[in-house]
Amino acid sequence: MKGILKLAYKLLVNDRAKFTALLVGITFAVFLMMFITSMFIGVLNHASATVINIGAPMWVMDRSVQAITSSIGIPDYVLDAVRSMQGVQYAVPLYSGGALVKLPDGVYQAVNVVGLDDTTLFGRPRLVEGKIEDIYAENGFVVVDDAEYEKLEKPRVGATFELNDHRGVIVGIAKVTVSGLFGTPTLYTTYYRAAQYIPNPRYTISYVLVQPKNAEDVQKIKEQTAALGYVALTKSEFIEKNARYYVFQTGGGTNILIMTIISFIVGLSISGQTFYTFILENLERFGALKAIGTRSRELVGMILFQASFTAFTGYGLGVGLCTALVYLAKLRLASYAAMITYPSLIVSLVMVVIIAAVSSYAGVRRVLQIEPFDIFRG
Amino acid sequence: MPSIAIKATGLQKWFGEGEAKTMALRDVDLEADFGEMIYIVGPSGSGKTTLLSALSGILRPNAGNVLVEGVDIWTLNADQLADFRLRKIGFVFQDFHLFPRLNTAENVAIPLILRKKDWDESIQEATKYLEIVDLKGREHLPPMKLSGGEQQRVAIARAMIGQPDILIMDEPTASLDGDTGHAIVKFVHDNILNTNRCIVVVTHDSRIYEFATRILKMEDGHLAGTVHDFATMEEG
Ligand SMILES: Nc1ncnc2c1ncn2[C@@H]1O[C@H](COP(=O)(O)OP(=O)(O)OP(=O)(O)O)[C@@H](O)[C@H]1O
Ligand SMILES: [Mg+2]
Repeated sequence: MKGILKLAYKLLVNDRAKFTALLVGITFAVFLMMFITSMFIGVLNHASATVINIGAPMWVMDRSVQAITSSIGIPDYVLDAVRSMQGVQYAVPLYSGGALVKLPDGVYQAVNVVGLDDTTLFGRPRLVEGKIEDIYAENGFVVVDDAEYEKLEKPRVGATFELNDHRGVIVGIAKVTVSGLFGTPTLYTTYYRAAQYIPNPRYTISYVLVQPKNAEDVQKIKEQTAALGYVALTKSEFIEKNARYYVFQTGGGTNILIMTIISFIVGLSISGQTFYTFILENLERFGALKAIGTRSRELVGMILFQASFTAFTGYGLGVGLCTALVYLAKLRLASYAAMITYPSLIVSLVMVVIIAAVSSYAGVRRVLQIEPFDIFRG
Repeated sequence: MPSIAIKATGLQKWFGEGEAKTMALRDVDLEADFGEMIYIVGPSGSGKTTLLSALSGILRPNAGNVLVEGVDIWTLNADQLADFRLRKIGFVFQDFHLFPRLNTAENVAIPLILRKKDWDESIQEATKYLEIVDLKGREHLPPMKLSGGEQQRVAIARAMIGQPDILIMDEPTASLDGDTGHAIVKFVHDNILNTNRCIVVVTHDSRIYEFATRILKMEDGHLAGTVHDFATMEEG
């Protein structure tokens, strides 16, 4: 079979023009598919930035919370109740909300303020400048040096600003794992200060962060929280909830589905058509091989090999192209959201396999139908 | 080896049904021995190609049987039939059917590659056969770069490389000018025909009659007799 496959390979690759057209089709489809899904997964990841950066294993929230950004205030007694639950090692409040900052030159900028529990500073970011204890100093804020840092005019330690008519001082500069989605810079301060500086309706706790004693306690905590009328989610459940919100509630999911289908159709029609034409143009050759004494199974093997060779080469090129482009984009724009993950790789692979299968199926049928007699008669 | 290469009895083949039914072969019997170079001649549409196809395992007849070296080929299954063609028969088609995307040596090597012989060995063997058909040094050229006569020699090398017992040639000179055609068939007669081989040629070309050991005339699906005087085509 090895020699026969080499024969198939030569018949395919030596037809430069066709082979190029085939590769372009598949590469383009894979690229499109990879790019769209990577883009979307990147966006989803950014949507959960706060959850990932704070890193708490469990989050208690109001039942109607749809996504991290739309938090709903929780009364203080819930915090106390959670603290006294079975299986809870400790629980702390978290503030997360928007505010307006007035920069020294008078420019206003929307920011996201995260208020960390005053006693533990649970979920604090890694500082690259300054000391975290200084967050307790008067008007102390830590700024996150992410893609949005520039929008605050790159403040250094000691820089001042106004936040809702309160003075603020930068006491540290932090790095976080994932920067936020909505293009707003992030400031960390203490929970108490956040609650003080930012006017809130009724309740100020956005989330209660919970550290369970051990993994078995997670379920127990969930049940006890539910009995209280609230919801406790693990970190990954919360990330998934955010993702689901963007997929199903914002139209993002529909768009991605449409784009995926389009790239699939483009890939299938360009590559499938070209491959089928390739088979048709070589029908006489396959017929001659059949007349000389090639078994049907071997002919099918040749076609499948040609289809899968093209498909996987195109897949490699498409993935490579997408990776290169995302890499370049990230060099230019640090907040660029695309993220190449296994799901995109797998979805594109499945697409490529389907394209190869469909086009070789059509080709195989034609080749098996050829009568060597017709070749003989000329 | 039995002296009878091919023995066909009661061959019938028709195409279509009812009004459109064409009888291509009506009860054809034929015996060909090793060492023979048999010609089948006759008007267009008389069933020559159909007969060749039935004899060589390409087209299943509606009735009758074909014994090749004693094997009843139309009782074989599809894979066995493919193997039979690959191992026993060499084909030279009228319009060559060379592969334009392969070079000359690769074209010639195909039957060996199909027999699962190692690629490089097959190419080496093909180079030898190209030398035999006087195309030394053309191994790497694509067939399109060769003249018609040279292409037909490539096709002959391909048909011969597997050393088949039976060589089937349908109008081997039809796409060639007279002198080239004559030279090719002379080459086949002088170099390929031997006592262990049987060659069946369909042709219209009277200039190559001199190489035949026997000429059978076909008319409307029948073998109408043996031609004795090649010059006048007079039947005996
Ligand atoms: N696939 C087919 N369908 C219908 N009729 C066919 C088919 N193949 C051959 N025929 C008919 O069978 C008859 C014999 O055809 P065949 O090709 O064997 O003739 P031939 O003697 O080789 O002619 P030529 O010298 O033109 O090559 C012709 O009448 C032809 O039209
Ligand atoms: Mg014919």
